[in-house]
Amino acid sequence: MNEHAHLSLHVPEPAVRPGGQPDFSNVKNARAGAVPRPDVDAAPETIRDLAYSIIRVLNRDGEAVGPWAGLLTDQDLLTGLRNMMKLRAFDARMLMAQRQGKTSFYMQHLGEEAVSCAFRKALEKGDMNFPTYRQAGLLIADDYPMVEMMNQIFSNESDPLRGRQLPIMYSSKEHGFFTISGNLATQYVQAVGWAMASAIKNDTRIAAAWIGDGSTAESDFHSALVFASTYKAPVILNIVNNQWAISTFQGIARGGSGTFAARGLGFGIPALRVDGNDYLAVYAVARWAAERARRNLGPTLIEYVTYRVGAHSTSDDPSAYRPKTESEAWPLGDPVLRLKKHLILRGSWSEERHTQAEAEIMDEVIQAQKQAEGHGTLHAGGRPSVRDIFEGVYAEMPSHIRRQRQKAGY
Amino acid sequence: MARMTMIEAVRSAMDVSMARDENVVVFGEDVGYFGGVFRCTQGLQAKYGKTRCFDAPISESGIVGTAIGMAAYGLKPCVEIQFADYMYPAYDQITQEAARIRYRSNGDFTCPIVLRMPTGGGIFGGQTHSQSPEALFTHVCGLKVIVPSNPYDAKGLLIAAIEDPDPVMFLEPKRLYNGPFDGHHERPVIPWSRHELGDVPEGHFTIPIGKAEVRRQGTAVTVIAYGTMVHVALTAAEETGIDAEVIDLRSLLPLDLETIVQSVKKTGRCVVVHEATLTSGFGAEVAALVQEHCFFHLESPVLRVTGWDTPYPHAQEWDYFPGPLRVGRALAEVMEA
Ligand SMILES: Cc1ncc(C[n+]2csc(CCOP(=O)(O)OP(=O)(O)O)c2C)c(N)n1
Repeated sequence: MNEHAHLSLHVPEPAVRPGGQPDFSNVKNARAGAVPRPDVDAAPETIRDLAYSIIRVLNRDGEAVGPWAGLLTDQDLLTGLRNMMKLRAFDARMLMAQRQGKTSFYMQHLGEEAVSCAFRKALEKGDMNFPTYRQAGLLIADDYPMVEMMNQIFSNESDPLRGRQLPIMYSSKEHGFFTISGNLATQYVQAVGWAMASAIKNDTRIAAAWIGDGSTAESDFHSALVFASTYKAPVILNIVNNQWAISTFQGIARGGSGTFAARGLGFGIPALRVDGNDYLAVYAVARWAAERARRNLGPTLIEYVTYRVGAHSTSDDPSAYRPKTESEAWPLGDPVLRLKKHLILRGSWSEERHTQAEAEIMDEVIQAQKQAEGHGTLHAGGRPSVRDIFEGVYAEMPSHIRRQRQKAGY
Repeated sequence: MARMTMIEAVRSAMDVSMARDENVVVFGEDVGYFGGVFRCTQGLQAKYGKTRCFDAPISESGIVGTAIGMAAYGLKPCVEIQFADYMYPAYDQITQEAARIRYRSNGDFTCPIVLRMPTGGGIFGGQTHSQSPEALFTHVCGLKVIVPSNPYDAKGLLIAAIEDPDPVMFLEPKRLYNGPFDGHHERPVIPWSRHELGDVPEGHFTIPIGKAEVRRQGTAVTVIAYGTMVHVALTAAEETGIDAEVIDLRSLLPLDLETIVQSVKKTGRCVVVHEATLTSGFGAEVAALVQEHCFFHLESPVLRVTGWDTPYPHAQEWDYFPGPLRVGRALAEVMEA
């Protein structure tokens, strides 16, 4: 006889399921302005608390407060607001286009616009992002033409990727946006390699890695942390915690305690948690990390605490796994509305101008869509040549692929 | 010219490449200070500094993933996977990332990396130091796959691989590192210093990727082999007295179909030899191509001599390793048909 109690497996569950009352008591809603701003060369072990709190700048009244405030001009903020609004309008139109059968698939950013839009502002020309699929704001905020993004989404004859990639898997070296893979987390370690290369060449450019909360469970996330900390690579390691990985709540990747940011602590990497719905806070933290990287102080890990308001993708129905009203209960608010409120409070924006801007932006998006649709959509109009299937597998086409191309009639 | 072992030739290729192009970096487990478990990178760190030749954490996915990022930046990483058997943790990075970056970005980003890895058995390495995973790479579009059989080729092909704009898998038959090997395990290894292909130019030269080499002219049967099996096939031809033409593929992807077809049309018979397991091995691809392109010239079925469809056993290694006896039997069989 064995005197030990029988073991049982612990399987984490979210606080509520459909039909229940949304519960975000786990999101420790730190007061805006309360978290200190350390010097960029602070020793990682002295700022461990930053991995457990949430850095916030905009308070409930729309004021920018605390040590992370005051870095952006009115003009910067107006541009930031416009970028987020543009991304939101772009998403709305493309979602509709997918529903109309003009493309096969789409992924929107609703609720997460501040993360990529504000982050892009902390980078410089020549820096490189290794994004995953919910960072189109990096392109929008860098003025990449929307029509090119749409050409890619429609896989039309002007698609810069010649119809080879799933919609939204953009690529633009010119705009510091590495080609997106459908395989989660692979890009995380690639970003570290790019940053190491920049350091090997004594360059001044830095890299940024992107991952979702769920995908931090992939081994490549951990490989990336090993390499980044070992070689002190000039890289910003971003984790977008939008609470959900498709239908799986964040606790399945994280477990029941700690934070995603805290994963960096064991590697001696400074780790910060930031309010991902606060444009000012995201920018401030990203700039802090960028400065560290540029001053050769090594990697920084940032967890953006945010919420995916929309579905995971056009193939997903979130009402099947979370309360319908959950997004309304999200304690950190809407990034667009929060920045708008702040700008109105500062006297540099108004409800009227906002409404007018919304209309202008939608018009701009519609014009871009018309232009893109002129080049074709997935099932109608011009599309890349079948010849394009065979091109570009290698720098030079080997004879076996040439034979196959000829067989296909091209 | 200088006498070189295959290890020295591989090292010399990296040395020459690093001297010519400062974007070439070499890294991997134990390759920096120590010079690699087979000492292929010995001296490179001392010569080029530790940011161009350095030790990596034991994380194959990390090694290949960072190499991909470095290549996207503009470097030319030539990395060592300690044994081919340990590339599996990096398989995703190799096959779905490195292989496809050019294609999926329409040339916006490219991936000029070289992954060197010791392959094959015959050293009592057991199951995890003996594998030949070439078919796992040749099935992937976007990669190039090279298996040299001698120091001369190893150097010329490795320099070509480093200069190649696409990702190249460079499989080094570790049984050949110190000398050619005819498959008779009881016989002493002949050093490369007494072999004509151990005479290697010290400076820069390349061998084009995608070109096979006829190692022995013959009229009766074509033996298609690569790596260690080239030497086994040559020995089998001598021992049986069958006038075999032996083709050393050197590059499996892209494959030199022309040389194969020309030879089989001449001989009318074909045997494919490799060390990797039989089922879905690279020999299946070669056999299919031969029947597709030479069917009306064939006088007997194409035969394959390969490792068995089992993991590589330790104690029975020499019953697993395809030696000249087994190749000789296959030669006799196609001649009888
Ligand atoms: C290696 C791999 N496994 C599984 C998938 C399928 N998949 C696509 S998105 C996703 C969820 C990712 O969640 P998270 O990392 O939290 O990012 P989010 O979508 O919430 O931004 C999964 C499982 C994949 N694309 N790649």
